[in-house]
Amino acid sequence: MNGVREHRLELLRQMLLIRRFEEKCAELYTQQKIRGFLHLYIGEEAVGVGVHQALTPEDAIVSTYREHGHALARGISPGSVMAEMFGKQEGCSRGRGGSMHLFDAKTRFYGGNAIVGGGLPIAVGLALADKMRGKTRVTACFFGDGAVAEGEFHECMNLASLWKLPVLFVCENNRYAMGTRLDFTHSVTDLTKKAGAYCVPAAAPDGMDVLAVEEAAKSAAEYVRTGKGPFFLECRTYRFRAHSMYDPELYRDKAEVEEWKKRDPIPALIRALESGGKVDAEVAEIEGQTAAEIEQAIAFAEAGTLEPVADLLRFVYSEKAPA
Amino acid sequence: MPSLGADMTEGTLVQWNVKPGDRIKRGDIIAVVGTEKADIEVEVYETGIVEKLMAQPGDKLPVGTPIAVIRREDEAPSASAAASAPPLPATAQPAERVKASPMARKLAQELGVDLEKIKGTGPHGVIERHDVEEAAKLKQAAMPAAAPPPAPPAAVAGMRHAIAVAMARSNREIPHYYLSTRVDMSAALDWLQECNSKRPIETRILPAALLLRAVARGLVQVPELNGFWADDRLNVAPDVHLGVAISLRGGGLMVPAILSAQQKTIEEMMAALRDLITRARTGRLRSSEITEGTVTVTNLGDLGVETVFGVIYPPQVALVGFGKIVDRPWAAARGMLGVRPVLTATLAADHRATDGHRGAQFLQILDGLLQEPGKL
Amino acid sequence: MTYRDAIREALRKALRADDRVFLMGEDVGRYGGCYAVSKGLLAEFGPERIRDTPLSESAFVGAGIGASLGGMRPIVEIMTCNFSLLALDQIMNNAATLLHMSGGQFNVPVVIRMATGGGRQLAAQHSHSLEGWYAHIPGIKVLTPATLGDAHGMLLTALQDPDPVLIFENALLYNMEGDLPAGAGPVEIERARVRRPGRDVSVITYGNGLWKSLEAAKDLAEKGIEAEVVDLRTLRPLDDRTLVESVSRTHRALIVDEGWRSGGIAAEVSARLLEQALYDLDAPIERLCGAEVPMPYAAHLEKESIPQVATIRAAIEKMVAAHG
Repeated sequence: MNGVREHRLELLRQMLLIRRFEEKCAELYTQQKIRGFLHLYIGEEAVGVGVHQALTPEDAIVSTYREHGHALARGISPGSVMAEMFGKQEGCSRGRGGSMHLFDAKTRFYGGNAIVGGGLPIAVGLALADKMRGKTRVTACFFGDGAVAEGEFHECMNLASLWKLPVLFVCENNRYAMGTRLDFTHSVTDLTKKAGAYCVPAAAPDGMDVLAVEEAAKSAAEYVRTGKGPFFLECRTYRFRAHSMYDPELYRDKAEVEEWKKRDPIPALIRALESGGKVDAEVAEIEGQTAAEIEQAIAFAEAGTLEPVADLLRFVYSEKAPA
Repeated sequence: MPSLGADMTEGTLVQWNVKPGDRIKRGDIIAVVGTEKADIEVEVYETGIVEKLMAQPGDKLPVGTPIAVIRREDEAPSASAAASAPPLPATAQPAERVKASPMARKLAQELGVDLEKIKGTGPHGVIERHDVEEAAKLKQAAMPAAAPPPAPPAAVAGMRHAIAVAMARSNREIPHYYLSTRVDMSAALDWLQECNSKRPIETRILPAALLLRAVARGLVQVPELNGFWADDRLNVAPDVHLGVAISLRGGGLMVPAILSAQQKTIEEMMAALRDLITRARTGRLRSSEITEGTVTVTNLGDLGVETVFGVIYPPQVALVGFGKIVDRPWAAARGMLGVRPVLTATLAADHRATDGHRGAQFLQILDGLLQEPGKL
Repeated sequence: MTYRDAIREALRKALRADDRVFLMGEDVGRYGGCYAVSKGLLAEFGPERIRDTPLSESAFVGAGIGASLGGMRPIVEIMTCNFSLLALDQIMNNAATLLHMSGGQFNVPVVIRMATGGGRQLAAQHSHSLEGWYAHIPGIKVLTPATLGDAHGMLLTALQDPDPVLIFENALLYNMEGDLPAGAGPVEIERARVRRPGRDVSVITYGNGLWKSLEAAKDLAEKGIEAEVVDLRTLRPLDDRTLVESVSRTHRALIVDEGWRSGGIAAEVSARLLEQALYDLDAPIERLCGAEVPMPYAAHLEKESIPQVATIRAAIEKMVAAHG
């Protein structure tokens, strides 16, 4: 059973890294080290971490403005993400993007997109390129329940299904599109039904259970890799904090939030681990390592440098043709 | 502090001939400046009122330092003068601004024409370029006997002096070598005739434009002849600013430059040349054209000279000379003797920067270019 | 050969030379292209490379962006610029910005072609000229070929560009006959060109405006007025140097632009001339633009709404009236 335990501890490590990182971001934001919009992933860690278990380094990821968790799960260093939010040129987008626009070519992380639904066509295109080149890679595309109302979602589901493109559509349904609840947005709130309308197979794992998400994601990714077409994964989850740092959360009851907190994926995983023996020591070790890692990330970001103002007009056009 | 020669870096103000408040006109001698060689009279190219003198006799200043401020008649006095004074009473305000196009204003300044005295024929009485040109012509015509030469005597003396200084320096410092070649111009002249047969007179292309174009293109291939000798080494210039030696009525010589000549087509070169000559002769050159030549071309063919042995104008490193096109016996194909219009092209070059081999290559390339005028 | 043929030739050459290139858009395959540009290409290259898309502008333009990120060289055809608005988010927020937002990591080598312009009584929603509007956006290039050589060569050059290029083809030009020299290839895309040298005024224009301006210039030559006609060729980046050089000789400028007057590309050109050539201007800069009204259907009103040969001629004459 050791392998399973090891793996679960690894999942825990990944989720805790995201959790503590996001908590720190909130704090740094109040100190004005991080500016602009900040959309935290707290509560949704199981989705990001679970899905990433099904992806290989060759796969691609297209995400949303709530993408810190995806970036960290994908292996982009916390320092590089933090420096990005500090606006430093050592950041993964050179300080040009900020919280909503994390990009990393090495890990095929095609961003952070601030337009709801804006990333779906890009994911479709990446998958199209792979298909035309005969590659069996997966393009994982994350988006929220709000995006499912956008025209782009429907156009993309249709096109991906029609052309049998290898896209893993992952809907992180946290029940609120900014401040508008699911049933005030959708005539059909079972989002998997929409996939059905396009003949796209779908599943709806419990988004608060990393093991369930992992299993469903692996199955879904396997399907996509066979070239049969896209798959729609609706992960039902919840964000414990506001939409972004400016949100007074007038649209939901505190009671509801507390209910969902009982299903916090991190304690849930710890309970699952405990069924195989005590994990206090390991958890403490992970917490310690995570804290150190985050401190290091902050130090890296603090020590970072600002891009020279004289370089403002760079990156409008490419500076040399790619290979 | 004007530049009065290529090697002048600073000058000493010896005396002012004017004081603030004096009215001056273009061509007046406003000051005397001392250089290494001699004292030189400085003429002014503006018409207006001396507002402020910014140097004292005895001041030694780098070339380019402002030494006086001149206000045009229709400008209000400068802010710094007015700042400490109480607001001018209404009666002392400058006259209502004359309406003139930007082109007209610029031209009026260059030609020394007073805008207030012109009646504009543009919409709403706006003064346009044409109006200024007409006024300038009238002004010239109104003073037939004492028609001001484009280069007033004092300025010619100054100019000759500067030329003397430069040529002496050239002879002293630059180890010249000379190469000459004869170029069969039949292809070029035929092409020009064909080309010009379709053009109105105003846009006909003269052989000179063709020669300039060939030189510019030749220099792109032999860039070591295009640049400056400074700091003990050759500094190749990125653009070819072709200095064209233009003689002035009254005895002066100017060498204004056609800027970025390597990018100009033949039509553009001809237009630039025509324009430059006109403006050189009426004293309306821009300072960048006077100072930025990277190489010089002397074309004395019109004067019947066959071969030109020029003196390089420092700090340039080459001078291309063209003589008269003369019909000569020429060895045509298969050992047959024919007659061709032949031009002697010479290259005077600075042996510190290039050797004969490179110079010869340039002349060879030049010849080649002139054999295929359609491609120029 | 027609302008349409010239584009098709370029498409063919590109598809043959590079298997990363493919064409995607509505009705480009089985229908043969709304304007018959891609006629015959499906049969020659197959459905993998000539892809008919659903009516989903946002999805297929975005897919073009994604495919170019993924290593392909897609040519996305949006039927007309009128429909491009549905894909404006993908163009502006993704294509034009990904390179920048990623700090230089991801360039987007996508080519997007669209038909543009009015004049066929298609009324308000089908007659836009939005190329000037698109030229406002940093991060893309905006080309407006008017000649066969450019229609052909600019597409080839655009496919070599590492960044997004939008090509606007005036729909009235597709049938235009002309010559494409044998061996014609890629042409540079950053310089304007003097199509007709002149003396009295610089007529600065692009697209279909070029041909109308040339005709007006020809008519006026008989009256001794020599208009210089400059083809902008590319609206972003604009070639200031050529424009300034022209005006420095003619001292007058008339800009002919089918787009609406306020805030259009003519306004931009005018501003640049004022900034860089003020002292060479002998008269105010004039603009002859689209009338600021949604395009009417009735023929006589539509004609009035767009610059025509007669109005260009009249505008030049008026500018040159006093002194020739």
